[in-house]
Amino acid sequence: MAGELEFERPIVELRAKIEELRRFTSESGVDLSDEIQKLEARLEELTESIYANLTPWQRVQLARQPGRPTTLDYIRGICEEFVELHGDRNFRDDPAVVGGIGLVDGRPITLIGTQKGKDTKDNIHRNFGMAHPEGYRKALRLMKQAEKFGRPVALFIDTAGAYPGASGEERGQSEAIARNLMEMAGLRVPTVCFVTGEGGSGGALGLGVTDRIYVLEYAWYSVIAPESAAAILWRDSAQAPRAAETMRITAPDLVALGIADELIREPRGGAQKDPAAMIRTVRGKLVSALEELSALSVDERLARRYDKYRKMGVFVEA
Amino acid sequence: MLKDLFQKKRQYATLGAPETAPARVSAARSEKTDQIPQGLVNKCQTCGALLIAKELQKHLYTCPNCDYHFPLDAPTRIQVTLDEGAFFEYDAGLTSADPLPFPGYADKLRRAQQASGLREAVVTGEGTLDGHPVVIGVMDSRFIMGSMGSAVGEKIARAMERAAEKRYPLILFTASGGARMQEGILSLMQMAKTSAALRRLSDAGVLFVSVITHPTTGGVSASFASLGDIILAEPGALFGFAGRRVIEQTIRQKLPDDFQTAEFNLKHGMVDKVVHRKELRPTLSLILRVHSGRGWADGR
Ligand SMILES: [Zn+2]
Repeated sequence: MAGELEFERPIVELRAKIEELRRFTSESGVDLSDEIQKLEARLEELTESIYANLTPWQRVQLARQPGRPTTLDYIRGICEEFVELHGDRNFRDDPAVVGGIGLVDGRPITLIGTQKGKDTKDNIHRNFGMAHPEGYRKALRLMKQAEKFGRPVALFIDTAGAYPGASGEERGQSEAIARNLMEMAGLRVPTVCFVTGEGGSGGALGLGVTDRIYVLEYAWYSVIAPESAAAILWRDSAQAPRAAETMRITAPDLVALGIADELIREPRGGAQKDPAAMIRTVRGKLVSALEELSALSVDERLARRYDKYRKMGVFVEA
Repeated sequence: MLKDLFQKKRQYATLGAPETAPARVSAARSEKTDQIPQGLVNKCQTCGALLIAKELQKHLYTCPNCDYHFPLDAPTRIQVTLDEGAFFEYDAGLTSADPLPFPGYADKLRRAQQASGLREAVVTGEGTLDGHPVVIGVMDSRFIMGSMGSAVGEKIARAMERAAEKRYPLILFTASGGARMQEGILSLMQMAKTSAALRRLSDAGVLFVSVITHPTTGGVSASFASLGDIILAEPGALFGFAGRRVIEQTIRQKLPDDFQTAEFNLKHGMVDKVVHRKELRPTLSLILRVHSGRGWADGR
């Protein structure tokens, strides 16, 4: 598979060696099956150990792997039927945020998320998944629509952050994100978010104030991207691996810190190795979460949502 | 009430109207260069005038020559905003922990506490403004750039909850570099916590006035600072999401000097009014009077 990372090289090399022996076997007729079997066991062991001992920085790299399912992949894989809806009714349609309505097991749902591109051209169109204010406002419009019609909302987060450009500032990037935080806290329908790749700061949180927060195994979620943290802390963005460690941004960290409700296991080596399996897992989790949440009264759900965020934080009181 | 009858002159706070005399802002303000005045003589960083402490105090720490607004520390802000002797502080003992832990953070906190005499980057409490009871919060840029960690988020959320309970209008003076990096994701979540508390305050029908002071950026800008029913800003105050350097790198262009200033935000519809510090208390007083007023039948 293309796009293997540096730390995956031993796996790639061993796999190539096994391939070579197989080829040799079929060409020469010499039986090497014992040897191949041993190497395959070794490959299994090596693969297991590499992915079981990922550093935070290696996880960040996996979260950014092209080939991971994007929000539209999740949406299309989760719904039997889906209609994409566009625009914030105010300024323009932001391609970095997608959303619409669909059916899951015949039940209506609104799905929204940041959208990265599949290739360079698509990425430029999608602004690399970095939303403008109108993206957050489109999301809010669709969420209020969902509230009006009593549909639950699923959100998918995979963004390096909100777009930090002049156009975003002029149109109120701060206000757009802030408004979503406040409105999502009070949305009367069940809401669930999945951090599927990168959870870049306020740009991610702007779609992430929900009843449940699920983080994929190799995803990261942080107040600041590791490169930017390194640039501030050590004046050297090459120290990003160190920042990734210090900032506690991995899925297990997020569970330990009480931010994520649950870590969603990925196929070994990452969602890009088996997108269909990944999407099935997310779908299962989404359906069960919405079944649990929709059994609660609106007041109970809102009270729990409030308490969830109200309790976040660690401080000392004299 | 009696005071109202004998009000000498009428005051107007026209929300959204363009400023007639905006303060001059000669160069782009950075988040770091501005110093809170201290000592006997201070130099205006905009026009270079030398200003003695007494004169500065008289002008509420603005330059009488060019209207440059020096940053204010939280105690001074409370003193010049509320009625004398009326302030009652909330949660004075609430301080930051070091939850990650983050290298050097504990030391940084200790130094900030020693240098500022504060326990955290925000002071909250209640008091009166021209007799109107209010809940007030003031951020202090001396304390780790006014950044918001768990303690700041908690103090602000509690102030919001008390305002909702007492039905007192809430006034928050913001000055912050954003979320406090040293607390990682926990600091990011303070944006959600405070915004959720504001949802409840808003549902309770209680007024929230956000007063933007220099600088207000990042996670504070992208949460409660931008959610005021009314948003006022001091002249020249920097108010924006991303930092200037980051934006310039992103768009590969130099930004104009007035980018993200209070005046820029007024022009783009992001604040209701830019108010000179000397007019701030009268403006807040009028807003409070309008909001405490009754008189129409209101269908009852
Ligand atoms: Zn001056």
